[in-house]
This record gives sequence, structure tokens and C-alpha cells, in this order.
Amino acid sequence: MADTSAATARARVSASRAGEKSRTSWLTTQLEDERVLGYVLLVPAFLLIIVFIAYPFALGVWMALTDKVVGQPGSFVGLANFAKLLDSDIFRTAAWNTVFFTVVATAIKAALGMWLAVLLNRKFRLSRVTRAAVLLPFIVPTVLSTLVWLWMLDGTFSVFNWILRWLWDLELSVFGLVVKEDFGYIRGPNWLGDPAWAMGSIIMANVWRGLPFFAISFLAALQTVPTELYDAAEIDGASGWRKFWNVTLPMIKPVAIVVVVFSFVVTFADFQLVYVLTRGGPYNSTHLLATLAYQISMHAGNLGEGAATALFMVPLLFVVIVLQLTYLRRIGVD
Amino acid sequence: MTKTPKNPVEKSAPRKGLTRREFTKSTAAIAAGTGLGLFGGVAPAFAQKREVHHLAWNNFIPPADDVTREFAAAFEKEAGVKVRFETIGQNDIQARAAAAIEGGAGPDVLQLWWNHPHLYAGGLIDHSAIYSLDGGGDVFAYQQDAVIVDGVPRGIPYYGIGNLMAYRTDVYRDLGIGIPDNWDEFLAAGTKCKAEGWPFGQTLGHTLGDAPNFAYSLMWSFGGSEIDESGKVAVNSEATRQAIDWMKVAWEAAFEPGGLSWDDGSNNRAFLSEQISTTSNGASIYFVARQKEMAHVADNMSHYLYPQGPGGRFCVSVPQGFSIPKYSKNQEAAMEWIRYLLRPDNYERYITVQNCFALPRAPGLEDHPMWTADPAVSLYRDAAKYSRSYGWPGPFGRGAAEVQSKYIIVDMFARAVQGESAQVAAAWAEKELKNVYGA
Repeated sequence: MADTSAATARARVSASRAGEKSRTSWLTTQLEDERVLGYVLLVPAFLLIIVFIAYPFALGVWMALTDKVVGQPGSFVGLANFAKLLDSDIFRTAAWNTVFFTVVATAIKAALGMWLAVLLNRKFRLSRVTRAAVLLPFIVPTVLSTLVWLWMLDGTFSVFNWILRWLWDLELSVFGLVVKEDFGYIRGPNWLGDPAWAMGSIIMANVWRGLPFFAISFLAALQTVPTELYDAAEIDGASGWRKFWNVTLPMIKPVAIVVVVFSFVVTFADFQLVYVLTRGGPYNSTHLLATLAYQISMHAGNLGEGAATALFMVPLLFVVIVLQLTYLRRIGVD
Repeated sequence: MTKTPKNPVEKSAPRKGLTRREFTKSTAAIAAGTGLGLFGGVAPAFAQKREVHHLAWNNFIPPADDVTREFAAAFEKEAGVKVRFETIGQNDIQARAAAAIEGGAGPDVLQLWWNHPHLYAGGLIDHSAIYSLDGGGDVFAYQQDAVIVDGVPRGIPYYGIGNLMAYRTDVYRDLGIGIPDNWDEFLAAGTKCKAEGWPFGQTLGHTLGDAPNFAYSLMWSFGGSEIDESGKVAVNSEATRQAIDWMKVAWEAAFEPGGLSWDDGSNNRAFLSEQISTTSNGASIYFVARQKEMAHVADNMSHYLYPQGPGGRFCVSVPQGFSIPKYSKNQEAAMEWIRYLLRPDNYERYITVQNCFALPRAPGLEDHPMWTADPAVSLYRDAAKYSRSYGWPGPFGRGAAEVQSKYIIVDMFARAVQGESAQVAAAWAEKELKNVYGA
């Protein structure tokens, strides 16, 4: 009897081990298949995307189709929010401002960034320190640096205007000859109070902050260009400009496109700078879609309308990104 | 061969670190404990001290916040409730409130401005249980309107901030200017002052307090309004256009142009640094001048009522109140805290420490010596008499709050002073208002 039960127990253990072994071997076999393993390894990233990107985006889309206000559930209103926005002059102004601000700021950053990168690519004393220093505006927290801009551009106490007035008042004479006379009173630009100056000011602050990203990225790309190409160009008698146009630019184009598109997207969705400097004023002349969406949803409490405002940014950014990816594939950079 | 059993002492000998099994066990125990806490478990009795998180603005009269902190310490001793009093910039209160209500977590008491309880009514509790206590039934109408939504109090009025014209008495005296009683006299005074390097200062920027205060008061005193009594958009009227025309002329002749980008603190700074001679404000400029011993400013300033126009004399007194959100798990304690703040002795101290900056929520302190102690600010007692609320003469409801939050009336004037005609600016405002009110 005892022998029988011992045999049964042994048989059970053996069967269980066999089952475990077969499961283990099945799992091992599956994971050894690279197609399966690839998907398994993608799961964490996929979950992160679902939780932090796809879900908020889907929620935003749903909210934009409702009349939801803070603290109350909304009901479905179809495209009413979008129609209301398109009918609003404030929204159209903000949309135009966003495009103008993004295009101009990105273009200036790209041009100055390239210029700065070419300069930094040369060897000179303290070049490493200079390269590190260039990154400073990028490192300082945006709100903090923007507060400094706010003080420098203040309607009454602007340091720029103070310097301008000082220079304007300055009398200079050399050996009795008046080089510059006192031009009298000048107020100076109304930096944040005049629509044109205000737009110029936020572009200036954005360029100051974003320029290091361009310069350092372009510099990294420049350093990958083989010097033999420049030597060959020199032998062919190419000028500096010609070398830049025919050697440097084609070689760094893939990096440049990625940098420009990335900056375009970030600039398009800029918020902090305008929020701190002007809060969209004077009379909405510096409102961007991001600040308007914030004002409508967080200040006026219309979450549905605010979500719709933010969603207007998606199609344009989508087009830009598709164009970038298409171009990069065409030139063979995946 | 018999296998020698392992020495039990050796087996249980102490080892460095933890075994995997021990680690797993202890981790599971900690996780279970934490999980219980997070998902409905009852915290041990020693951790159950009640706490109230109170979010308010950085009061322009800093001693008011100091007094509140003192109250919090005393309240903790008295009621056993710890109060965490947090202050932030006034322009950020709305965002914090909206995010907290939507997220279902945050402060237990929101100190909201204007009629913002109308914007967040769905997320705020019914305060009826404590509304009528401590003189709540006598609260001034403009403060009641700010918190009562569809007949339900979504907050408890706390105080108002009066607005008058702060001016330099020495400048006016030297230039032979009397106190302007109407807008024409105000313009004449400003023109004279600006010509002598003492412009008037007024923000028309996107900022919560001073910009709408001035813009609405000006519009009302010319007889204009954003909507009529029935709630129909009425902004594009002859009266409003006259107010805009006046503003266009005055901006050029009397005002500091930098005001288009000012926030609520800019005019205070400009006045204190003697860049402007007149500005619409609460009593905070005077208070700071006295506190910082800027005698050359404090001794040479006073206040007068907003000028009157064809439609009358108006100003805005900014109501502030407490609102308890529905998500708060400390509603009872929050109500106790609010009642403590409104207790007559505490309330009187809070109001008087602000030296006429804060207007009481209800009658009862009119004869307080504060109002007569300092003639420079005593006129603030009359500010509430001329106060109206946004949306007036229509309802002070959600639409009015949204219009103010979008700065439509402020921008109507700002557009005009930058060159648009009164007709175009008023038509623009009319279209945007219809977009809000839907009519």
C-alpha cells in the first residue's frame, strides 16, 4: 500500500516536472524567435505610449467634441467647438500668430545657429569654454530666464530703453568739435505694449533660448564632415562660401532637417515664454494657440473649447512631420 | 555511509544582508501595508490628524498673509486641525483651481476671485450649511452675487478690494489741478500732468485686476454695458463708442503708453518710483509706501473716487471668497477653518490690518476708527457704494466670468488706443461677446 502511494507521488512529481519543462521549453522556444522577442521587448514602450500619449490624446479629442466645463461632465456637441473657434477673431489671430512666430523664430534660429556653429567649429583659444558657455540659455529654466526678459522689456523700467535714452542724451565732442549732440527726449520702443514690438520681443526671447540647440547640433554635424572634402575643394579653388554651399551643407543636411523640424514642433507649441511675457496681450496680438487653449480651458473653464483649440495644432504639425520623414527616407536616412 | 546531518547552529548562523526569500517576504509586507493605505485601508490613529490646505493669492498687503498664518497656528491649537496656508500669484489661482477640480485632488479651500465660483460650480460643494452664519445673511449684494450660482452658494464671501484713483497731491497742487469729478476734468488733469512728465498710468494688458476694473468702470459711466438686463449683448452702443473715443484721446494725451503691457503690480511700481502721478488702484500703493517708509510718496498721495460720466459714477470692488471643492476629504475641517476666519474678532483683525485695502463683506465695521484714522485712504469706505459686478446690469454669471477671463472688454479699449476706430473696436467686441453668450 505504502509502495503504491509512493509510486503515485513520484509519478505526480515527475508529471509536474515534465509539464514545467515543456512550458519552459515552449516559452524559451517562443522567445528565441526574434519576431516574438521583438514584440515582447516593445511591450514596455508600447504601454508607456498608450498611457502617456495615446490616452491623453484620445481624451483630448473626445473632450473637444463635448461642451465640458470644469467640474461638470460634458455632453457631445459634435464639431460645435471647432465652428465656434473658426468664427472667433481671437482664435484666428492666435492661429496666424502661431504660424508667424514659429516660421520666423525657427528661420532666425537656423540661420544664426549655422553661423554660430561654423564659428565654433574653428580652433581658437578657450574654444571649449566658449562652446560650453553657448549652452547657457538652453540650460537655465525657461521661466526664470523669461522673467529676466520681462524686466529688461518692462513698459516703464526697460534697461534697453534706459541705455537708448542715455545714448540719445549723450553729448560727445572731440577737441571742441561736436561729434554727437543731445537729441532730446526719446521714450524708446514699447517692447511689450505695441503689437509689432511685442511679437518681435517674444521672437527675440525665443531665439535667444533656442539658438544654442541649433548651434550645438550643427556643430556636432560639422565635426563629422571629412576634412578631405574641404582639401579637395580647396585644390579645386573653391571659395569659403562655395565650400559651405557645396560641401558643408549637403553633408549636414540630414541632421539640419531633423533639428529644424524638431525645433519647429517645439516652437509651435511654445507656451511659457508668452505666458510670462505678455499673457497674449496687448489685445491678443501675441496669443499663440497654446496660450489661447490655456486661457480658454484653465481661466474661462471651457475644457471642451480649450481642447479643440489645442487640437488645431495637430494637423499642421502632422504635415510637417510627415514631410520630414518622407524626405529623410528619400535621402536614405531611416 | 550515513550522511552527516548539517549542524543546525551552522544553518541558522547570522549572514550578511538578506536572503532572497527574506527580501521577498519583507517587500511583500511593505507593499501590502502601502497598498492598504492607498486603497482604502485605515491609517493608524497616530496619523489621523486633520489637515486643511488653503490656497490663496499673495496679498498685496503682506501683513494680511502673516495674520492668516498666525490664525492657522492658533486654530491648530484650538481645534486640532493643521492648516497649510499656501499663497501664489493672483493670475495663477484659476489654473490651480481648474486643475485641482478636474484632477479631483488639491487644496481643501480655494480662495477664488470675482465670480469664479460660477465657472467651477459643478466642482464646488453647496455651502448652505455655513453660509448664513456669522452675518452671512447681510453680505453685500456684489459679494453674494459672486458666489451664489442658481440659488446655491458655491462659496463664502470673504472681503472685497475697493478701487479708487490714487494720485500725487503735490503734483496736482503745483499744477493747480483740483480733484476731477468727471471724465472731462480727469482728461484735462492728465493732459497737464503728462505734459509736465507726470503721466497717468493704467494697464490695458491681460491681467486679472486693474485692467478690467478700469475698462468696465469707464464703459458703465458713459452708459455702456456688455449685456442688458435680459442678458442680451448690448456692447455696440453709442454710449460704449463714446467711452472708447474718450479713451483714444486720453491715452494719447494723458496716459503712459507702457500701460498696454502692464500687469497688476506694474502701476504700483511705477507710482512708487514716481513715474506716474495717478492710477486706479486699491489702497496697496499707499500701504507699501508707508510700510517701506517712502515718506516722499506716502506724504504726498491721496485718493479720489472714479470720475463720473453721463451714465453715472461706477467702480469695481473685487470680491473674494472661499470655496470648498467636492473632492476635498476634509470638508468639515475646512468649514471649521472658514468659520474661524470669519469669527468677529478674527475678521476685524484681518480687515483692519489691511488699512482700508479690504472692504468688509457685510455692514458692521463702518464706524471702525480705521476709516477715519488716515484721511489718505478713508474714502475707500465709499467704494462699495459705487461698485458693480461684471456683466452688470445683466447677470453676474458664467458668461460674465468668461468675458472677463478672455479680456474682451479690456481688449476693446486696447485695440482702440492702438488705432482702431470706436466703431470697429465695439463691433469686434460685440462679435466676441455673442460668441460667448450665444446671442
